Amino acid sequence: MAIDVDTVRKVANLAQIREPDDRLEALAKELSGILQWIEQLDEVDTTGVAPMTSAVAMPAPMREDVVTEGGDAAAILANAPATRNGFFVVPKVVE
Amino acid sequence: MTSLTRLSLTSAVEGLRARTFSSAELTRAHLDAIAAARALNAFILETPESAMAMAAASDERLRRGEGGSLEGAPLGVKDLFCTKGVRSTAGSRILGNFTPTYESTVTANLWRDGAVMLGKLNMDEFAMGSSNETSAFGPVINPWRSSASNRPLTPGGSSGGSAAAVAADLALAATATDTGGSIRQPASLTGTVGMKPTYGRCSRWGIVAFASSLDQAGPLAKTVGDAALLLKSMSGHDPKDSTSLTAETPDFPAFVGKSVKGLRIGVPKEYRVDGMPAEIDQLWATGIEWLREAGCEIVEVSLPHTKYALPAYYIIAPAEASSNLARYDGMRYGARVEGASLSDVYQLTRAAGFGDEVKRRVLIGTYVLSAGYYDAYYLKALKVRRRIADDFDQAFGKVDALLTPTAPSAAFGLGENSADPIAMYLNDIFTVTVNLAGLPAISVPGGLDSQGLPLGLQLIGRALDEATLFSLAGAVEKAAAFTARPEQWW
Repeated sequence: MAIDVDTVRKVANLAQIREPDDRLEALAKELSGILQWIEQLDEVDTTGVAPMTSAVAMPAPMREDVVTEGGDAAAILANAPATRNGFFVVPKVVE
Repeated sequence: MTSLTRLSLTSAVEGLRARTFSSAELTRAHLDAIAAARALNAFILETPESAMAMAAASDERLRRGEGGSLEGAPLGVKDLFCTKGVRSTAGSRILGNFTPTYESTVTANLWRDGAVMLGKLNMDEFAMGSSNETSAFGPVINPWRSSASNRPLTPGGSSGGSAAAVAADLALAATATDTGGSIRQPASLTGTVGMKPTYGRCSRWGIVAFASSLDQAGPLAKTVGDAALLLKSMSGHDPKDSTSLTAETPDFPAFVGKSVKGLRIGVPKEYRVDGMPAEIDQLWATGIEWLREAGCEIVEVSLPHTKYALPAYYIIAPAEASSNLARYDGMRYGARVEGASLSDVYQLTRAAGFGDEVKRRVLIGTYVLSAGYYDAYYLKALKVRRRIADDFDQAFGKVDALLTPTAPSAAFGLGENSADPIAMYLNDIFTVTVNLAGLPAISVPGGLDSQGLPLGLQLIGRALDEATLFSLAGAVEKAAAFTARPEQWW
C-alpha cells in the first residue's frame, strides 16, 4: 500500500518525531517502497498458522512477588538531563 | 610488540598463565595498536587507563596462580553493552553522555573471568545497519582493501567496529550482537569468526534493546577456538532476563577439533539466489567438499519460506524497535532538546537524536502497529515467522546442521548501498532466517575472492547445539587453512 504525505505526518506524530514538511514527500516515497516490498508476504498461505510470539520454546518464568532492589535514587537520577531535590525535572504537563 | 597482538585469544591466555608475558605488556601492545589505527574508526571510546588498571589486577592474580578463563586478555566491547562508569552510546546521538550505573550481564561475566576492557567499539546506530554507515560517530573502515583499488570498504554491520578491531589485531576478540546478521555478516566481510548463539543463551540484560525477540549477543574472534572460549564466558542463565535459558553452558572449546564424521549436513537449495557472485557459489561448493572429505554426509534440503524472511523481519524488527525506542524521550537520561511544550520536547529531542535509518524504522514500526494495519502487517509477519521456524524444524529432522554462504557479497565500498534501503537490507538475506527461528549459527572465513577480499561460510545448527557447530566450524577452518591477513595501511 502506498503511503501519502498525510499518513507520514500522522505516523511521525504518533512516533513523536518532528519531521520538517519538506522531508515528508521523500519519506512517503521511501516508506511506500519498503512497504510494497514487504507485501510479498501476501503470497504465503498462513491459514491456521499460529503467530510466533516468542523465539524460545519455554514458558515465562515466575518469581516471588517481592521487592528485590530499590533505594537507588541517586543512581537512577545520575544521567537525567535535569533534576532537583531528588526528582526528575520535566516540562509542565498540566496548565 | 607487534607479535603480541598477533596472538589468538587462546594462545594469549596460555601465555599469560605460563607467565611468558604479562597482561600489562599484552594490554599495552593492544593500546598502542589502537592508537596507531584511529584511521579505521573502530573505537568510539578508548579506555586505556582502566585497561592498564585491569591488566595490573590480572597480573597480580596470575602471579598468585589464580585467575579465570580469560585472565588478563584484552578485549573490545561493542558500544551496545552498558558498562558501569563508562559512556555507552549505542552509536547514537540520543544517548548523549549516558554513563551506565550498572554493568551488562555479558560484560560482567567477562570481567568475572578476568578479561581486560580496551574500550567501546563503533557500530551502526542502535545496531540498525549492515555497513556501519548509520553510526553517529562515522563509519568504521574495513582493514581489508581490494587489490584493485584503495577505496575505503565497509567492515559490514552492525558490529563493524568489533569485526574491524579483531581483523586489524586491535583486540584479541570482541563482544558483538546479532539481530539480523550483525555478527556474522561483519565476520564474513573481515575474515573473522562470528557466532550468533541460540536465542536466550546469552543474557540480554544491560544490552541496549533493538528488537527484543531477535537480539542476541555473541563473540567475534580470530579463530573458531577463540569464539568458543569467549562464548563460554558470555553465556549462562540470568534471572534478570526472563528470556534467558536455564540450560547448562557446555565446555564449548572442547568441541573444536572433534571429529565430524557421520554428521549429516543440509544444503538448502533456496539459498542459491539470483545475482549472487559466482565466487560465492564456488566457495559454497568447496565448503561442501571440505565437509564431505571430513566424513560428513551431504543432503539437499528445502527451506521453502526463505525468501519471505527478510520482508517478515522488516515488519517484526521495526515494530519491536518502535516500541523499545519509545523510551528515548529526553526525560530520564540522554540528550534533551528544550521546547515550548512537553510534546515539543519529545519531538525535537527525537528528531535531533535519531539518525535517518533509525527514524525510518521507527516510522515503519509505528505504521505496522497502528490501528487498522496491525493484522495485515504485524500479525501476518508473526505467522510467516512460524512458517520459517517450521521449515528449519523439518530440515533438522533430516540433518544435523546446514551449510550456506554467510553474505551475498564481499566487502563493498562505503556509500555504495546507502542510497537504497532495500539494497542494504538484502545483505542479511542468508543470516536473518536464523534470528527469526532463534537458532545458533556461525560464520567462518572460507577464502578470498579474486580481489583478495575475505568470504565467509555459515553453519546453522539446532537450538542449543552450538557444540556441533563449533566442531563443524573447526573442520571448515582446518580445511580452509585461512591465513590471509589485511596488509597494514593504517
